[in-house]
This record gives sequence, C-alpha cells and structure tokens, in this order.
Amino acid sequence: MDLSYSDEEKAFRAEVRAFLEEKLPKEMSDKIRKGEELGKAGQEEWHAILNAQGWLAPNWPKKFGGAEWNAVQRHIFEEEAAAHYAPRIVPFGLSMLAPVLQKFGSQEQNDYWLPRILSGEDWWCQGYSEPGAGSDLASLKTEAVLNEEGTHYIVNGQKTWTTLGQHANMIFCLVRTDKKVKQQEGISFLLIDMDNPGVEVRPIILLDGTHEVNEVWFTDCKVPVENLVGKENEGWTYAKYLLTHERTNIAGVGFSQAGLTAVKRIARAEMSGGKPLMENPHFAARVARVEIDLMAMSTTNLRIVSKAAAGAAPGVESSMLKVKGTIIRQEINDLARRAAGAYAMPFASEAIEGSNLALPDPLNAGPVAAQYFNNRKLSIFGGSNEIQRQIIAKTTMGGGA
Amino acid sequence: MNFDLTEERQMLQDSLRRFLRDKYDTATRNKILESDTGFSADIWNGLAELGVIGALFTEDQGGFGGAGFDLAVVFEELGRAGVVEPFLDTAVLGGGLIAELGNDDQKAHVEEIIGGALQLAFAHGEPTSRYDMNRVSTTAKADGDNIVLNGRKAVVVNAENADMLVVSARESGDVADEDGISLFLVPADAKGITLQGYALLAGGRAAEITLDDVTVPASARLGDAGKAYPAIEARIAAANVAICAETLGAMETACRLTRDYLMTRKQFGKPIGTFQALAHRMSDLLIEMEQARSAVIVAAGHLEAGYKSRESHVSAAKNLLGRAGRLVAEDSIQMHGGIAMTQEYELAHIAKRIIMSDHRFGDTDHHLERYIAIAAA
Repeated sequence: MDLSYSDEEKAFRAEVRAFLEEKLPKEMSDKIRKGEELGKAGQEEWHAILNAQGWLAPNWPKKFGGAEWNAVQRHIFEEEAAAHYAPRIVPFGLSMLAPVLQKFGSQEQNDYWLPRILSGEDWWCQGYSEPGAGSDLASLKTEAVLNEEGTHYIVNGQKTWTTLGQHANMIFCLVRTDKKVKQQEGISFLLIDMDNPGVEVRPIILLDGTHEVNEVWFTDCKVPVENLVGKENEGWTYAKYLLTHERTNIAGVGFSQAGLTAVKRIARAEMSGGKPLMENPHFAARVARVEIDLMAMSTTNLRIVSKAAAGAAPGVESSMLKVKGTIIRQEINDLARRAAGAYAMPFASEAIEGSNLALPDPLNAGPVAAQYFNNRKLSIFGGSNEIQRQIIAKTTMGGGA
Repeated sequence: MNFDLTEERQMLQDSLRRFLRDKYDTATRNKILESDTGFSADIWNGLAELGVIGALFTEDQGGFGGAGFDLAVVFEELGRAGVVEPFLDTAVLGGGLIAELGNDDQKAHVEEIIGGALQLAFAHGEPTSRYDMNRVSTTAKADGDNIVLNGRKAVVVNAENADMLVVSARESGDVADEDGISLFLVPADAKGITLQGYALLAGGRAAEITLDDVTVPASARLGDAGKAYPAIEARIAAANVAICAETLGAMETACRLTRDYLMTRKQFGKPIGTFQALAHRMSDLLIEMEQARSAVIVAAGHLEAGYKSRESHVSAAKNLLGRAGRLVAEDSIQMHGGIAMTQEYELAHIAKRIIMSDHRFGDTDHHLERYIAIAAA
C-alpha cells in the first residue's frame, strides 16, 4: 500500500494545473463558479482549447487522435478541472459515441466521424430513452424499416430526455429493427442527421427553468444504411458497452469537492446568531459528515481507478460509485441551499444567461436552490439508483436476488 | 379527545377545496408563476369573497376564526393546490401584527384586508440576521414628532404588491436585544424606500428593501416604543403553523401524485409500484405523512397556549415537517423519474413549495436548536 501519487502522477498533476491556469479563460471559470450556463459558443470554445492541447479526448487511443491517458491520469484531470471551475466536457460524441465507433464501427465510419468530433464540426446527442422506455430501456419502440431498395432506413418514433439536443446536429439512436424476436435482440444502433426534415426537436423545460433536455420526434426520417453502426439487431450489445463508458467519472468526486468548498465559503459568509454559520456546531457537523463520506468515497474511486489503470474492467463497483457518488453530491447541494438561508429563495436559473444579475446574492452563493433541484436528476439519469442497486444485487447474489 | 373539525371549519375546508380544484389547476398556476406580479387578482378576490382571509382573524379583530386550527385548515388547502398568493404575508403577518398591536385608526385597515382590498408585507429579516428574530439593525430615530428609518431588509415577500409595509426597526439597545424593537406601518411609496424586486423559485415575488431616511409620523408606530418583540415572536409562531400546514397539504399532493404514478406507470411489463423497492418507499412516505399531520395538529392546538408550550410545539412541527417534507419531495421526484423534473408536471411546483418552506422563519436545524433551548430555559 502506498497512498501517495507517484512522481510521474504528481508531475502530470502539475502539468494539468499549469495548463488550466494559463489556458482556461477567466470569464469562463467565473460563469461555472456562479452556476451560469456557458451556452453553445462557450462550450465549443473550451473544446477547441482542449483540442489544441491534444487533451480533448483523454480516453481515445493515440491512433485516433486521443491522449490515451490511463484511468489515474483521467481522474487527476477531472479533479483539477473541477477545482479550477473548468466547464464539463460535453460527453456524447467524445466519450459515448466514439468508444462504440472505435470498437464496433467500420474503418470508413471512424475515418469520417472521429475527426469531426474533435474539430467540433459535429455536436452529438444521445437518442436512448423514450416516453415508455426509461429504466426498461430495451422496451424501446422507435422503429427503423429498411426501404425496398435497401438504401435507407425509414425511422418513426420519439426519443426523450435528449440532453443539449437543441445544440446538436447529429444524434445516435437505438431503434427497433426486428419486432418478432426477444426485445434485446431486435435493436440497432443508427447515426441520424438532425437536419433531416423528418426530425423535430421540442424543448422540455426542467423544474429550475432550464432548457437542457428535449424531445426528439422522427417522422418518416430517411437514414442512409451507411449510418448503421456494426450489425443490424446487435445494437443492444453496443448500447451496454456505451453505458459502461457513461458511468466513468460517475462518482463525480471533483464536483463534490468543489461543491463542498463552496458550501464552506457560503457558511463562512452567512451569519447566524452573530457568528458565521460555519461555527454553528450543528451545521459544522452536517458538513463534517458529508466530508467524511466524500473522503471514503473518493478513496474507493481511486481504488477502482487504479485497478482500471492496471487493465481490469470496472464491474459492479461502478454501480456502487454511481449510487454513493450521487447521494453525496445531492447532500452537498442540500447543504448549500441550507447555508444560504432566506437567500436561497430568489429564483436563480442556471440556464438563462445573465438571469442572475438582478438577484440579490450577498453571500456570493449562486443559484443554490436551483442547483439543488436540478441535481435531483443525478440519481435518475444514466440508469437510476434503483437500477444500479438491482445490478449490484444481481451481480452479488445472482438468481437469488 | 375529538380530532374532528368543527362544522364551520369543515364547511370552510370543503368550499376552499372546491374553489381551488375548479379554479387553480396546473395550467392556471403556471401562468400566474410567469406573470409580472407573481399573483392573480382574480384568485385573491375570489378567495377573499369566500371568507378565506376573514378566517385568519378572530371575531374581536373583525374576522370569524383566527385560531391555530383555522390557520391550519386554510393553509393546508392552499398548500394542497400549491397556491402562491400572499395570504401569509398580507393576512397572518402584516394584518395579524396590525390587529394585535394597532390603535383604533390602524386597526381600521383590518376590514380592508379581510375584504381583499389591501396588500401588506412584513419587512423584518435583514441581510445578516438569518433566522434570528431579535437581530434588528435597522434604526428608528425620533426627529420631533417624526420617526426616521434607516437600514436594509432582506427577501421581503410580497413587497412590490404591498400597499403598506410593516417595518421592524430598533429604537434602543444592542443589535440582538429583544427589547428596543418597534414596528412601523409605512406606506410602500414613502420617500426613501427603494425596492429591488425579483421572482422566487417556488412562486411569488420578494424584494430587497433599502430604507434611506424614511420619515413617518410617530403615529405610524404599532404599539409601544421598543416593545414589539413578543408580538413579532407570536406572529411568526402563527406564520410557522401556517407554513407547516401548507407544507402538509403540498406533501399530500406529492404523495397522491406519486401513488397514482406508481400504479399506472409500467416498466418491465408491470406497474412500477409492484416492485418492492418502490412499494416500501411509498409506504415510508405514508408513515411520515401521519407523523407530519400529527405535528401540525399539535402545533395548531398550542398556538393559543403559554409562551413555552407554544414555541416548543411550533419548533417541533417545523423541525419534523422540514425532515418529512424533504423526504417526501425528494422521494416523490425519484420514484417518478424524469417526468417529475419537468416544469409543466404538477409535482415540480409542489416539491419546490415543500422544500422552500424550510427557508422561511427558521429551517429544520434552527428549530431543532430552538426546541432544545426552550426546553432548557
């Protein structure tokens, strides 16, 4: 056992820090710190900065233009990025679609799509969930039928919870191509151009007033057969592979650490009984409890990360990290709104640019209550915490669960 | 022992529930939430006509209720429908303080309040007072027959719609002394008052108020100089009973929506409520609902009791409702999944009402500490 980072890892951290201090624009980190939405242009700007450094695709092999970092390096980057209030990297093209293409796509597909992901030419979104297919994803109904000429699929149906679909020009979808077989065996993985006249995007406004998800409707949408990834009716295998990637960094250690720092800052500014709230033993105990949980969880995360760095595939532990990681993040969100007292009440949406300017914020707390509500999503999306617990139970108790 | 409502209160509950069911659906409320004023004059006047405001005042004050149980009946229904109109601010707080402390001239306003014609706001909290009721740094200085007010008030709910503000200010003593605090009835358009208004996350609006040499006649004072604190404490206790009852009503709606959803939403070929993991969670919510209902009943029943009994039961209720409310709001959203995250689904607003009720007049932690302190005193 050695709990310290190696010299190479320390040097890597220093390199990441130097990069962030030099290249991360201050206006950008200010926005992230205040909980303001970066917008499409800001997001693209950050991607371009990372791409210029060769760090936009840390998980890709070098032969595809990635940084090919190991799991520990990725963890260090994520931790430093969160601490410096760097924008989150939009994951749909870079860390969801790309690994699927690299493993199951054709040479032509990789040659065409991967450079466009890096350059920002394409903004991808994910077409998985449907109104009737949430936790039970395999019951999806969006249908793709091959035309008589065998040149195009005709797609009809509806996807939902499509994150940042309003910015996207491309969507990767799970579609049903065979209705006669077992649900999981009739699903295919299709790449669809959003500019296609058969595609319509309708906004969904979330409970904190933000527009980050959408409905995507397909009406007789023609998709060339070249856009099928892998083999027809084997999409479920690719989808499961993708979901294991969706769950990397699911623990959100960096976000929790940054969030806890913010809670302490707010609680030092907020006065209660004539003293900073942080000196109130009751509040301090709440903060300490979650800090202890976070310390243990981030170590669990590192244990799994080092195993993964040594080549082991993450198993049931990623489900465990998702459950514990989201509980901790949500608890930190709860502490932040609690700390702000009455100043948590003003409506402060994180999505609407400039919307926070007229609001009173003497604690410099940002939209803490809006974030508390928005982050209820953490335990719902990417496989709800109930689904994760089911996976843990099935894996560890087999048929007995 | 008898836990039934009196006939009058039962009638009030029935007519209020019917009114809100017919006139306050989700679409109507969402329009109100987006409006510039943050409230609907039609709803306000309709409810005033129904006698809802009158039920919040005693017969001596010109109403026909005013007891803890009256507040509980009214606010539970308001909470059930997610009503955002400022009954708490205008009637329970502003109107209640006038009725409690005012002279005959000032008390004449109560009739206008009950009729729905006058709006009020209680400008008490300050940027650094958090939930301390006694921490008042706004000053009131005599200047001949006038009083000059200076200071800042934080998150004053309904300030922009108010015709008059009930402003707390210190005439003597240190910043946290209970003695020395007075209340003044100040026209909202008085010279020297600046409002910075904004919408609230759970509906309605509030404002930051700056008082810059606001001059009012000494006759604007409510009650005796420097002696307003006990009335402030008592009215905030009443407000907390109202808030707890409102939260209880909102929690009932959350549970109803969740139970219906669990019974109708199908995944893996069956209603999700048949999965034990969710069925047991729903059962836990229903158990906590009974706890919450009892806490509200006990607090409402002790609102007219002596100081220690009143404050202790009110803090107990606010603590319990804070805990049970958070559980109900969060688990209702979780069991629904994504649909509950959307603005247009009823639960979104209801969950916000429940959670944000913890940010007015003391949160769960504050009232636990207060409960302990009162018991030790």
